[in-house]
Amino acid sequence: MRSITPWARVYVIAVALAAVLCAAPVRSAHAPWGAVALFAALCAACEQHAVGRFGWFSRFGGGRGYEGPGAVGSGGAGAGPPRWHTPVLLAGAFLLPPAAAALVPLPGALLVRGVERTPWPRRLWRAGQLGIGAWTASRVHWSLGGPDAVVSSGFPYALVTAGAAVVAFCLVLALLDGGILTLAERVPVRLAWRGLFVRSLVPVGVHGLAGLMMAVLWRGPYGPVAALLVLLPMWVSWWVFAQYHRERAAHQATIRALVQAVDIKDGYTRGHSERVGQASMLIARELGMDDERVEVLRFAGILHDVGKLGVPTRLLRKDGPLTPEERRVIELHPEYGHEMVRGIGFLGEARSAILHHHERQDGSGYPYGLVGSQIPEFARVVAVADAFDAMTSTRSYSRARPVPVALAELERCAGTQFDPVMVGALTRALARRGGWHPAVTADLDRPCEDPPPTPPTPRTPPVPSPTPTCPQSLPQQASGKGRVT
Amino acid sequence: MRALVHVTAGLLTALSLAHTLWCGLDERAVALCFGLLVLLGELTRWSGPESREAAPLAAAGALSYALLGEDAGRATHHGALQVVAVVVAATLAGCVPHVARGQAPTADHLARRVLTAGFAATCFQPLYNQGVLEAWGGPAYVLLLVALLGLTALCDTVLAAALAHSRTGWPFGPLLRDELRAVLGIGTAVCATGVVMALGVAVVGLWALPVFSLPLLLTQFAFRRYAAVRATYRQTIASLARATEIAGYTPAGHARRVAVLSRAVGRELGLPEPELAVLEYAALMHDIGQLSLVDPVPAGATAVLPPAEQRRIALLGGAVVRQTGVSAAVAVVVERQADPYREQPVSARIVRAVNAYEEKARDAGAGGPLRALEELRLGTGRDYQPEVVESLARVLARNGGVVRERIG
Repeated sequence: MRSITPWARVYVIAVALAAVLCAAPVRSAHAPWGAVALFAALCAACEQHAVGRFGWFSRFGGGRGYEGPGAVGSGGAGAGPPRWHTPVLLAGAFLLPPAAAALVPLPGALLVRGVERTPWPRRLWRAGQLGIGAWTASRVHWSLGGPDAVVSSGFPYALVTAGAAVVAFCLVLALLDGGILTLAERVPVRLAWRGLFVRSLVPVGVHGLAGLMMAVLWRGPYGPVAALLVLLPMWVSWWVFAQYHRERAAHQATIRALVQAVDIKDGYTRGHSERVGQASMLIARELGMDDERVEVLRFAGILHDVGKLGVPTRLLRKDGPLTPEERRVIELHPEYGHEMVRGIGFLGEARSAILHHHERQDGSGYPYGLVGSQIPEFARVVAVADAFDAMTSTRSYSRARPVPVALAELERCAGTQFDPVMVGALTRALARRGGWHPAVTADLDRPCEDPPPTPPTPRTPPVPSPTPTCPQSLPQQASGKGRVT
Repeated sequence: MRALVHVTAGLLTALSLAHTLWCGLDERAVALCFGLLVLLGELTRWSGPESREAAPLAAAGALSYALLGEDAGRATHHGALQVVAVVVAATLAGCVPHVARGQAPTADHLARRVLTAGFAATCFQPLYNQGVLEAWGGPAYVLLLVALLGLTALCDTVLAAALAHSRTGWPFGPLLRDELRAVLGIGTAVCATGVVMALGVAVVGLWALPVFSLPLLLTQFAFRRYAAVRATYRQTIASLARATEIAGYTPAGHARRVAVLSRAVGRELGLPEPELAVLEYAALMHDIGQLSLVDPVPAGATAVLPPAEQRRIALLGGAVVRQTGVSAAVAVVVERQADPYREQPVSARIVRAVNAYEEKARDAGAGGPLRALEELRLGTGRDYQPEVVESLARVLARNGGVVRERIG
């Protein structure tokens, strides 16, 4: 929550008020106060435990501001883990009257302190959102006669009522989440609700089953002690998911470190690499690739020059024309790069893109002089993205060209140097987005989300680096390597 | 030891199968459902490199059948031998596809499954069937089940450590410690699920099985993804470590050799598993700071540079490592690798000594290792910790052949 717009404040307060209204009838509902207190304490304990042990996790998920149980907050392409207290919340909804169920999440959401200070609007928001969610789930469950099914262990009907309650819970949370994403995070309206409900359904559904088991055992002859045992496996699964996300984040940071290592040698490369990653992603989306390939292609773009690590620093930083000998050494970088990343399994097709991103359609490229469709698809994408970014950013030897000029240049070289399909895809993608606004500090944690439109960041200082350019326009630069002032 | 375990498990299996064939099954529907659960668990087994419990659902199913008292309020009558028979039959049936694919679980695994289920059932079923437990109230009954399972888990841990000990020859103590740590992870989930399923079946009948196996499948799925991402992570670190080799700053394989040898020394010094991982990552990346040098150090031998220069390179390396999101402990080790040993954390001492040994010994021919060790011993006043050097010497003397083989 970087800055809170007034409308977001109004929204949060309205949600909190609605939650209060949900919980208000509790005084006339003859709620079992002991059970309510127990559930609320349990909920708060789960949350405290999670925050206390895995403070980083809330930070990691906090990138999107407001995460609900299982709705959003993982970042990345996959669905995030539901928060650990979800089974408790749902068990409460299955056992307690709606007004009392709405009370269960409140103490935890309002009181629990994270490693960092949580601002009050955020706490209020979580409390309000979870309160309304729990109330809705309980309401649906009661209207279907769920409590009787729970008490009499009336399976499979209890599954039906619990399922309906879970769907209602997810629906409400997704609705509210979309609202806050629009108002506080300024996500465009058409994107805010995309996938929120569907992504949360499976994890919350599984936790709903655990919640149902908890409710049944709570009412069974063995009492609450047995119900508490249900939480153990849920805790372990939550813990592993958290570990998974941490490891994943670390892993992506490591990819960033590979780029950083290039950066030490050649100050220009980093911003360039990330922008090439983004341009590659644009092309991939336009070609209709699935999310997984898009992500791999993004890595290919980011890592395409990693082989420069193998080029002596003296050459990369050389101030003056390169001899043919030196040029040949620099032209080894795709092979060095391939050698480095070939052991990284998940990069898949990206590895061939790193090896072949300097190949050209007419066979005059390197390292192998492949022709046309012999060149791997990913390499053709990265080649276009690389050239496009080289032209649209300022180098020591040339000023940045405007996007239309660069596209025209690519168009002219399509067929000889570039694959016309990729050039066309880039042109269409940029036309649709209304221009090229790369976010240089792109967040690797969220590869599959559109970067929010930000003003173009200042370019890194110009340093000699490969500039794939069209042979017709610059015939003296046959390979475009090592151009220096 | 292994033979003893295998023979015991085999005898128990034969006895229970014979008994069940002779007397028939009590409560066929219940036996069938639990058998199916174990079968399903075995089918979803995964063979990851880091898996201690490869089939948690099957293990939980076997335990819950062993601890099953009632089915929807009606008492059951199956005995311990029937439990073993059902579990063995289902496990063997579940192995068939894996055997067809050439990934059969080992005899150790089967023996553990049989003995663990047999132990839990032998503790519980006779007591229950004789009606001793009827007087116990609800919560006390639950606690009894939990205690029984704790005991079972403990036996299983000792069994696993003993089997691993006789298989690999590694010391028993650290193995037992690692196994106990694993129990705290997925082992907790398996045991709790076993109890909850047994109680759930007692309250709602067999519907409890599908309802509660889904969350455990979720856990299993989570473990799988965790193992996968860990594996890719290791690959990435190893690749990052190769950057200096490709750039010509260090000789090929240097980082890998230092990592393997450091890990062996760390094990010798009794470091726990998490610290060994930190040590390994740090050893892999210890030379990364050299990338910032405009010209390579000859042969990458930093140990002969002036101390100030060594420290500068170490600090640069630490800066890169901090970017990687590896735990900060790794960055600290990389940063401090050139400090005098008294100011270093243990892992940095190991990396420093092993790196120096590797650099001195690799091109020195036949007498190289001994001479390198001698030079390290001379440096124990300030640079290298004597204990680390001695433990390095022990590792080299004891399984020098093994270490070299794994490096090569």
